[in-house]
Amino acid sequence: MQNKNHVISVLVKDEAGIVSRVSGLFSGRGYSIESITAAQTSEKGYARITIETSGGDADVIEQITKQLNRLIPVLKVVDLGDVESIERELILCKVVAKDEDRSEILRIAEIFNAKIIDVTPRTYTLQALGDERQIRSLIELLRPIGIRELVRSGKVGITRSNQFTTKAAE
Amino acid sequence: MTTTETETKKLTGAQIFLECLKKEGVSEIFGYPGGVILGIYEALYNCDYIKHYLVRHEQAAIHAAEGYARVTGKPGVALVTSGPGATNAITGIANAYYDGYPLVVFTGQVGVNQIGNDAFQEADIIGITRPCCKHNYLVKDVKDLSRIIKEAFHIATTGKPGPVVVDMPKDVLSSSSEFVWPETVKLPGYNPNYNGHPKQVSKALELLCDAERPVILAGGGIVASDAMEELKQLSEKLNIPVTNTLMAKGVFPETDSKSLGMLGMHGNFWANFAVTNCDVLFAIGTRFNDRITGCLKRFAKDAQIIHVDIDPCSINKNVKIDIPIIGDAKNVMRAMLDEFDSNNYEINYEVKQSWLEQIHEWKKRRPAIEHPTDKLSAVTVIQKLYDYVKDMDPIITTEVGQHQMWAAQLCKMTKPRRFITSGGLGTMGFGFPAAMGASVGCKDKTVINIAGDGSIQMNIQELATCVAYNIPVINVIIDNGYLGMVRQWQEKLYHKHYSQTKISGPDFVKVAEAYGAKGFRITREEEIIPTLKEAIECKKPVFIDVVVEECEMVYPWVLAGNPLNKVLLSNDCPIN
Repeated sequence: MQNKNHVISVLVKDEAGIVSRVSGLFSGRGYSIESITAAQTSEKGYARITIETSGGDADVIEQITKQLNRLIPVLKVVDLGDVESIERELILCKVVAKDEDRSEILRIAEIFNAKIIDVTPRTYTLQALGDERQIRSLIELLRPIGIRELVRSGKVGITRSNQFTTKAAE
Repeated sequence: MTTTETETKKLTGAQIFLECLKKEGVSEIFGYPGGVILGIYEALYNCDYIKHYLVRHEQAAIHAAEGYARVTGKPGVALVTSGPGATNAITGIANAYYDGYPLVVFTGQVGVNQIGNDAFQEADIIGITRPCCKHNYLVKDVKDLSRIIKEAFHIATTGKPGPVVVDMPKDVLSSSSEFVWPETVKLPGYNPNYNGHPKQVSKALELLCDAERPVILAGGGIVASDAMEELKQLSEKLNIPVTNTLMAKGVFPETDSKSLGMLGMHGNFWANFAVTNCDVLFAIGTRFNDRITGCLKRFAKDAQIIHVDIDPCSINKNVKIDIPIIGDAKNVMRAMLDEFDSNNYEINYEVKQSWLEQIHEWKKRRPAIEHPTDKLSAVTVIQKLYDYVKDMDPIITTEVGQHQMWAAQLCKMTKPRRFITSGGLGTMGFGFPAAMGASVGCKDKTVINIAGDGSIQMNIQELATCVAYNIPVINVIIDNGYLGMVRQWQEKLYHKHYSQTKISGPDFVKVAEAYGAKGFRITREEEIIPTLKEAIECKKPVFIDVVVEECEMVYPWVLAGNPLNKVLLSNDCPIN
């Protein structure tokens, strides 16, 4: 069975160099980063870094969470795959808008609840929000029409319970 | 309750730095001045509570601080300038990080407003040290300085100890602030777990009691946690033999009948056999480095493995663990002993005794090793040396290479903090400055650095430091004219192509004399003891150049990647 991607949510002290500390750990130990996002949380002085990593078996994911926990400014690490959670990603996609394709683009946008946020004589730019499956399907459908540029936010996720429960380090 | 103690006087950052060291009980530091930290050296000029040792290379300052930390158990402190001063310190920092010894390394930095502008002697030392230290800080405001120093010492000395770097910009050191010493540290993301989970502790104890062929694998964590007594009691009460890693030499007396000595690539083959054939392996405070596991798939392949470590990352990293216990070695073993005493555990003493006898049978299989030439054998030299000094409770340091492994094999240590060597990083050039720091930390002890002619040249300049402060380190240079360990691999694994391993050196006796130290040369066996006697009695820094056989190899030897029990005892003598 192929290893699925893991989304790891890391609560950190929001201090200079924190993203570098976390991403440096990944590169230094040979863990992959598929996407990484970082921003402040509702509480001042804390930030959340969400990292999507691929290619790791359970042992690797265990090491990643432990190694992250070892960093002093890291307060909590949650493997969102271990708990009930919701994941979302935002994409902006500029597609070639030939006359004969325009209605098709609009139809696809409607299906995926995507918005056309910019129009030029030759392109439409779509904004879409969804989970991994939705985003993948949307990109697959847009690809034959002609994707000029694709920008992805990287995944963010949130647990369903009100607790930011951690998988015990043990 | 007040959490801070406030003193009203305003001090400069440099003065605050010294006040903080005083509060932390630091009395001796190793360092090298430079442009941006002149403020500190100005404050040091009239400081009577801190003795500064001026080294000759920043790398040596860090190694010396580590040597000091290793023998005293206190954190070592080093002070270097920005840019090249700090980059020279990297090897030392990485070395302490691997082997888990507490250091606080202070580096100078260009002024806060200059950072990022490629100023003179600027280096992004926070970025550079991030992967090789436990934590690091850039101090951006003098008001944060005392809190950061307090945290740095706390982080360095708790949990798994390690080096912490504090980068101090020039203007932070020159601006003034009230000196406020925080009495407590608040680090919500840092809570090392000292007490093992009681259920895990009971499970481990049951398993050990029922085991028929158990082995205790003692690692360097036992030194950090000062758990020698608990280890001894556990081994005795449960009748279990103990093997130790290189980093744990002396945590269990290597002269004890239950000691199997060191295991691993150049360890005792009976220790390797015992670990390979055991049914329960009780590992404490070890990272399962490849030098002790050999081929991972075949390592303790039939054993259930219990692993106690304060660093959760060490658990399940290299070896799959059946009973992990995250906690401090001393606390966990103490809990096991208490549980054992209060709950009438039964143990199969006789079954375990026959396992010990089996191991003793293996021991006998060692054939005599011949020394084919008329030149001095390094093994003879180190053996004679150790026999002569062992009753003086000496501190032995080593560089890295063949001499290190011979020293590890031949010096049977009975106490921890007496065998100081670079294990994880394997840093040539570590031994001499570490010996210097050890001597500063234990001024009444005989300190002997067993070196090779290659590695001594990596920090040979520290002879000037030793002479300047009369630090009586005795360097015994096992001089075979080769980078012997690499040569040994080339002989066996690279078609005897001795590519770039024949290495020349200076006349070490003349070098010693030129620096104002004592120099001796030994070429014959009967010169060893009289020379050593004179070297120890002169109470001066010493180089002893011991001219030895060129081609002697370190055995036993498990070739890298081979299973631990596939041991070579000599060039054509495998034992399996």
